[in-house]
Amino acid sequence: MADSAAGPEIERLIALLAKLPGLGPRSARRAALQLIRKRDVLMVPLAEAMADAADKIKICSNCGNIDARDPCAICASPKREDSLICVVEQVGDLWALERASAYKGRYHVLGGALSALDGVRPEDLNIARLIKRARNGGISEVILALSMTVDGATTAHYITDRLQALGVSVTSIARGVPMGGELDYLDDGTLAAALKSRRPF
Amino acid sequence: MTRSLAITRLRLTDFRNYTRAELALDARPVALAGPNGAGKTNLLEAVSMLSPGRGLRRAKLDSLRRAGNGETAPAWGVAATIARAGETHEITTGVAPEAPNRRIVKIDGTNAPAADLTALIPMVWLTPAQDRLFMGPPGDRRRFLDRLTLAAAPDHARNASTYEKAMRERQRLLDDNVFDPSWLGALEARMAESGAAMAAARARTLSRLAEQIAASPDTAFPTAALALDGALEEAALAGETPETIAESFTRKLAEARNRDAAAGRALSGPHRSDLRVTHREKDAPAAQCSTGEQKALLTGLILAQARALAADHGIGPIVLLDEAAAHLDPDRRAALIAELNDLGAQAWLTGVESRLFEAFTTDAQMFRVETGEITPG
Repeated sequence: MADSAAGPEIERLIALLAKLPGLGPRSARRAALQLIRKRDVLMVPLAEAMADAADKIKICSNCGNIDARDPCAICASPKREDSLICVVEQVGDLWALERASAYKGRYHVLGGALSALDGVRPEDLNIARLIKRARNGGISEVILALSMTVDGATTAHYITDRLQALGVSVTSIARGVPMGGELDYLDDGTLAAALKSRRPF
Repeated sequence: MTRSLAITRLRLTDFRNYTRAELALDARPVALAGPNGAGKTNLLEAVSMLSPGRGLRRAKLDSLRRAGNGETAPAWGVAATIARAGETHEITTGVAPEAPNRRIVKIDGTNAPAADLTALIPMVWLTPAQDRLFMGPPGDRRRFLDRLTLAAAPDHARNASTYEKAMRERQRLLDDNVFDPSWLGALEARMAESGAAMAAARARTLSRLAEQIAASPDTAFPTAALALDGALEEAALAGETPETIAESFTRKLAEARNRDAAAGRALSGPHRSDLRVTHREKDAPAAQCSTGEQKALLTGLILAQARALAADHGIGPIVLLDEAAAHLDPDRRAALIAELNDLGAQAWLTGVESRLFEAFTTDAQMFRVETGEITPG
């Protein structure tokens, strides 16, 4: 890299920002400049928010969600249905489902998907805890909301296999035509899956 | 006769040995003659990039950039105008300088997935690299069949990559001595599901080829009898459903865990299947036929595939034949040209001498290719 125009403090800030998802070196420089320009209204509050979050964020010991308290707000909420658990790979997936506000049960965050090649084993995932929750009783249905990838499907299969012995009903979210989607634009695999999981209208 | 699919304009930019080249064409066959190393195959390769995948040389994308005198062009591009069933379409493909390994495809000015090209401009090809197909390893024949399958079943690629990935995952577990039945079972279910779908698609391709071969008994090319070596494909050909095939394959995989762990790889499955081709008139395996007979068999197969595609899409595919005429005797050469004409789509042929194309000089567009220069005539 060429000689930097800025001092080491700024360079360090840029280097750290460039590690964020969606930011490259160029956009990190722009972000850093914007922070510096708006030091009082943006940079200082951001630094405080980050320090605060770094200090307080915990992983929920029940479901694997992240929150400032343990158990997390979802696990602690009395308004949520206790008998439903929705299993997701990442916290981001949980947030996506919450944005849809179509689900009123509890969650379970695995922290990834099984992958022998990437060295992700069942013990690396939050699976034992899920089985324990199911074994404790009061669960009528476990909903699997995992990625439609080989790893996601393998993980779904694995969990189903482990839960079957407990007599818990395991379901999987549907795959098929997206809302507002035109059939003409769908790939063949999605169309075939949609047709396979058709239901009475 | 009217041809319903043709490239009417082709423009190359920094592609292989071409700095810039432009061809204005009509629907007739395109014959390219010129000495070795002049760039005839490069031109066919440029046309082959108008279909999904890595083209007829299976080249790396960044290696398609023009290189010479220690300099490499930052990007390459192929642009074509095609006339298809009375409509005109513009297709451009290439890479951008900032991402020389990512292919860009535009159809009528809009970015599109490369897979969309399969239906828009169906294409088959025959290259000298395929001459040893019948003698070479089974993997070559499997790839050949899979390419034919892909043209009719775009899902085939995804099934193959799902199968491959699940198989590698399973093998890693076996190699690491992780005999977790739930995990292995989950991966084997993936393998079985995608493997059965692959086998079914291959079996369908084989049946369609066999139909086309049977439908043209008066061809000048030897008749190929086709068979698939592979338990899943055989079951599919016998009419078993993918579900039944997957079920029995899952069982077999579970039983084979110890064996596959010891071998360090999965010893059975559709990744080991082979395409068996027999010269029907001689009743001899293709590998035992003469070089010329093998080439004729292969040409016959490609023509059958082209007819099958024409039947499926209602439009004949573009046929690229690299040095295909040289191995054929004059009668077969004339027959090849007649059959290409019947297909109703543009054919592209290369040869060292224009004499090879004598049989259709009146009904073809002849070009001379010399060190990156293309001249009519």
